[in-house]
Amino acid sequence: MAELTVQDIIKPENLVYKKTKLMTDKALSYCPGCGHGTAHRIIMEVLEELDKEHETIGVAPVGCSVLAYEFMNVDMQQAAHGRAPALATAIKRLWPDKMVFTYQGDGDLAAIGTSETIHVCNRGEQIVIIFINNGIYGMTGGQMAPTTLPGMKTSTSPYGRDVHMMGNPLKMTELIAHLPGTFFVSRQAVHTPSAVRKAKRAVRKAFDNQINKKPGVSFIEIVSNCNSGWKMTPLDSNVWMEENMFPYYELGDIKVDGKIVDKD
Amino acid sequence: MGELRLMKGNEALAEAAIRAGCDGYFGYPITPQSEVIEYLMAEKPYDRTGMVVLQAESEVASINMLYGGGATGKKVMTSSSSPGISLMQEGLSYIAGAEIPCVVANVVRGGPGLGDIQPAQSDYFQSVKGGGHGDYRLIVLAPSSVQEMSDFVPLAFDLSFKYRNPAMIVTDGLIGQMMEKVELFDPVPRLTDEEIKEKYPWATNGKPKGKERRIITSLDLDPHRQEEHNWHLQAKYQRIEEDEVRYEMLQCDDADYIIVAYGSSARIAQKSIQLAKAEGIKVGLLRPITLWPFPKKPIHELVEKGIKGFLSVEMSAGQMVEDVKLEVGGQTKVEHFGRYGGVIHSPEEVLEALKKQIIGE
Amino acid sequence: MTEEIIIAGFGGQGVLSMGKILAYSGIMQDQEVSWLPSYGPEMRGGTANVTVIVSDEKISSPTLTKYDTAIILNQQSMDKFEETVKPGGVLLYDPNGISQHPTRTDIKIHKIEGAKLAAEMGNTKIFNMVVLGAYLKIKPIVKLDNVIKGLKKSLPERYHKLIPLNEDAITMGMKNVLNN
Repeated sequence: MAELTVQDIIKPENLVYKKTKLMTDKALSYCPGCGHGTAHRIIMEVLEELDKEHETIGVAPVGCSVLAYEFMNVDMQQAAHGRAPALATAIKRLWPDKMVFTYQGDGDLAAIGTSETIHVCNRGEQIVIIFINNGIYGMTGGQMAPTTLPGMKTSTSPYGRDVHMMGNPLKMTELIAHLPGTFFVSRQAVHTPSAVRKAKRAVRKAFDNQINKKPGVSFIEIVSNCNSGWKMTPLDSNVWMEENMFPYYELGDIKVDGKIVDKD
Repeated sequence: MGELRLMKGNEALAEAAIRAGCDGYFGYPITPQSEVIEYLMAEKPYDRTGMVVLQAESEVASINMLYGGGATGKKVMTSSSSPGISLMQEGLSYIAGAEIPCVVANVVRGGPGLGDIQPAQSDYFQSVKGGGHGDYRLIVLAPSSVQEMSDFVPLAFDLSFKYRNPAMIVTDGLIGQMMEKVELFDPVPRLTDEEIKEKYPWATNGKPKGKERRIITSLDLDPHRQEEHNWHLQAKYQRIEEDEVRYEMLQCDDADYIIVAYGSSARIAQKSIQLAKAEGIKVGLLRPITLWPFPKKPIHELVEKGIKGFLSVEMSAGQMVEDVKLEVGGQTKVEHFGRYGGVIHSPEEVLEALKKQIIGE
Repeated sequence: MTEEIIIAGFGGQGVLSMGKILAYSGIMQDQEVSWLPSYGPEMRGGTANVTVIVSDEKISSPTLTKYDTAIILNQQSMDKFEETVKPGGVLLYDPNGISQHPTRTDIKIHKIEGAKLAAEMGNTKIFNMVVLGAYLKIKPIVKLDNVIKGLKKSLPERYHKLIPLNEDAITMGMKNVLNN
């Protein structure tokens, strides 16, 4: 039997995975091992599956994903730090039949944009919010985030986060889940194939809610790693995330169809 | 002739927004401009024209709603008063950088800080010199009557869309709270979504089939490209300076002296000019209608004509006077007069100041 | 013709609405008008005043320091505005609650028992219309039928049934104005 060459393998009938056309060809600017790229991809796959390429307006934040618009191949706006929910509110109110989503990190959504986050959820705008929580400010070089865990070292908590001095990690997702204006609230991860599948199902549900004009915000937190900011290898950062982040930021649905999920 | 009504400046502004085909108003209450959002909420423009009205959680949110809504090609507007406008400066800088049309009205009150709620004109620097970060300009219109509070809304929208640049209407508590006769213009229908898509191909309202997606951003991390973007902005600002200067001149033809005043101060100065005339003093009024672009040429022409002195009258400690001085270029006397912190100068005080500071009596 | 008026009294006396009706009446006869209130915290229970200008010409300054007419409805306003009437001008006041009566001799002073007359008519809310009637008797700058038109314009439809009562109050004021 003749030996297989690469050319023999690269054939349409052998294709098992294809990049969605709703991701551009531009190389991702994220660090190797970071969860942002996967999070981008599942959102764009969902929008392609829903055939919403021409009906979507996304809002990028300030932070690592400030350049999300370079990679997401739909109409995109770039917001001031923390203000993406305000932009999205106006876009959705003025174009109620469009798919509108924001993509925000923890500094953007849970620190400087706390007011916008709370009020967009309280008004029950029919938008999707994707919240990437990696417990650190990645873009500016590893400073403390509102979601940084107690004791966790960052460049602005070099001796570990002292909660008496620096406050506690903010569970924004639990906070907004209790507002009547949120319809679907879920916390997911994208560090393993099965986590990615679950996260994608949640993102799909969020956009389905928007298509079906369900009352309120669909809010997906994705707990992610920041191997550069945490100063670990990608593999170690994922292990550290499972051991430290997940116990504090528990994965799973928090609110479904407007009702808080009973965990007991 | 349009419909005649007795209205407050703030109400005329709100009614004009509906009639101008505004798609969305996003605002936050603050004295002395709360009548704008109160009027809109009572008037239910969403029933009249489909216009969206939303009370935001802050001025910060309001201006960013304008950023988001304006970036989709819709006509969006907000209004506030000085402290609230300060909160909007970050958003205005982004909007100017991303070249998004929108209209912001500032019903100025006394400052600094929380100041008071009485009329002032002390936000001139903030309005015309760029209150936020970066090299940018706002197109700034200064109404001096309730009629102009109505008329300048469609004008501001037109200029804003013509140049893809935020436009600001700078007025104050006096004009906002005052009622005058206003002839309302006939309503213009809102553009349909299809019309918006056709007219504004840059707008992000869903990627068109067979075309590239649109991106609205003020970010470009490459300094050379960012510089090029700034050149583009500066070229646009130069076109605006060439084509959009608006001003009014009263009794300037045989004047020995000129009062330069805008908005409320221009109204007060008109009375001062009448009082001066009765005393045999020949004073004219130059009223800038666009504060930016500033009417430089008429000042040069007046200097050429041999005007003996300019008195810049504003309810501030002296802000516009710097622009007047710049244009006069030391060729004749330029002085500032004005009460401020919420105090309004009287027509008599202005005349006294003219006599003392300019004529030298 | 240009008439520059200050109307001043307590908040709740209908000072601002009297000015508004006067301004609307001016519009009804194609005149230029301006109405500038004192605004802010003092509105809530304290003193209120409004500057109204009615003119055949374009109005210059809406804010003034001297007036052709001052309509004064409480003592604080008397203290503040008596001196602002131009020589030869008019001061109209309701003596109810006034302890220091006006003393100037270079102006025309008139009185109207507005509060008393309104009470006699059984509705203290029409007090300001009685005073307006007195003013229009002294200075008929707007015609009565234009005042009625102005009332119709400025009052919401549901209050239009009160227009005859307001008209009676204006007439009552016209009949009862006293020269000092």
